[in-house]
Amino acid sequence: MITVSINGESRQFNQALSVAEFIEELGYTGKRIALERNGEIVPRSQFAQQMIVDGDKLELVVAVGGG
Amino acid sequence: MNDKLIIAGKSYSSRLLVGTGKYKDFTETRAALDASGTEIVTVAIRRTNLGQNPNEPSLLDAVPPSQFTYLPNTAGCYTADDAVRTLRLARELLDGHSLVKLEVLGDSQSLYPNVIETIAAAKTLVADGFQVMVYTSDDPIIAKQLEDIGCVAIMPLASLIGSGMGILNPWNLQLIMDRVQVPVIVDAGVGTASDAAIAMELGCHGVLMNTAIAGAQNPVLMASAMKKGVQAGREAFLAGRMPKKLYSASPSSPTAGIISSVRS
Repeated sequence: MITVSINGESRQFNQALSVAEFIEELGYTGKRIALERNGEIVPRSQFAQQMIVDGDKLELVVAVGGG
Repeated sequence: MNDKLIIAGKSYSSRLLVGTGKYKDFTETRAALDASGTEIVTVAIRRTNLGQNPNEPSLLDAVPPSQFTYLPNTAGCYTADDAVRTLRLARELLDGHSLVKLEVLGDSQSLYPNVIETIAAAKTLVADGFQVMVYTSDDPIIAKQLEDIGCVAIMPLASLIGSGMGILNPWNLQLIMDRVQVPVIVDAGVGTASDAAIAMELGCHGVLMNTAIAGAQNPVLMASAMKKGVQAGREAFLAGRMPKKLYSASPSSPTAGIISSVRS
């Protein structure tokens, strides 16, 4: 069991998972998003390789209306 | 008339830049953007709402980046670090897109820019390859410094963000335009079409607005009015207005041949 923080909320997963699997789990596969992991941007090209580990702090962002 | 707005080497036909916030829904957002004729739209970068269905319609569906030039902003950032972090995320989100709007705010009541943090962020972003359009105060010295750092457009406020108070200090805008070579775009404060026209008549290269359109009773009609206001102001600037002749009337009709019973 791993516990991570995503956008300030705590989430638990049964096992370690890749960034790609994590994004699929949240339903954002194929959507225009950007992900920061422990303060570093994870490029889309590395989603499949990078693993989410216990204690990670993640930020998932989208574009919204703004001035 | 071939009169393009050129920002960072790319040319645009419209000199009106429009924000995408505060509309009733995405349908209204899109209708207003279309009525405004804008080509550049600002967007904000925010955390996803994890409780929300990811398949709900998004801004990107209504306003596709293939049809508009996106200008991700740093609205809500109060430090250079937060602004830089936000725009790096935006660049990743938008596939390497580097044209951005930098704004670093000073306090939440006035939303006045913190120029010290703005300058720090601008230096970092320019060094990192961003093309920075920068929201700033109407201080001509700061404007020049931001140009020297490498910003591609200087965007002074005309009055406070969202206030609709109009062009409060045309003299400072003029001082900025006298000093910088890159486009000067009024960002913030425009309330109605005549404000946009005044900014353009002064010689500003463009106007950026959000609340003036989204906050109107009829946003789509106001978007159309703003398009015309910007165009009218631009044409008046290019035409060159007649000199003001204080206390000196001059008749428009011939003075000869007047039918008059009064002999002179």
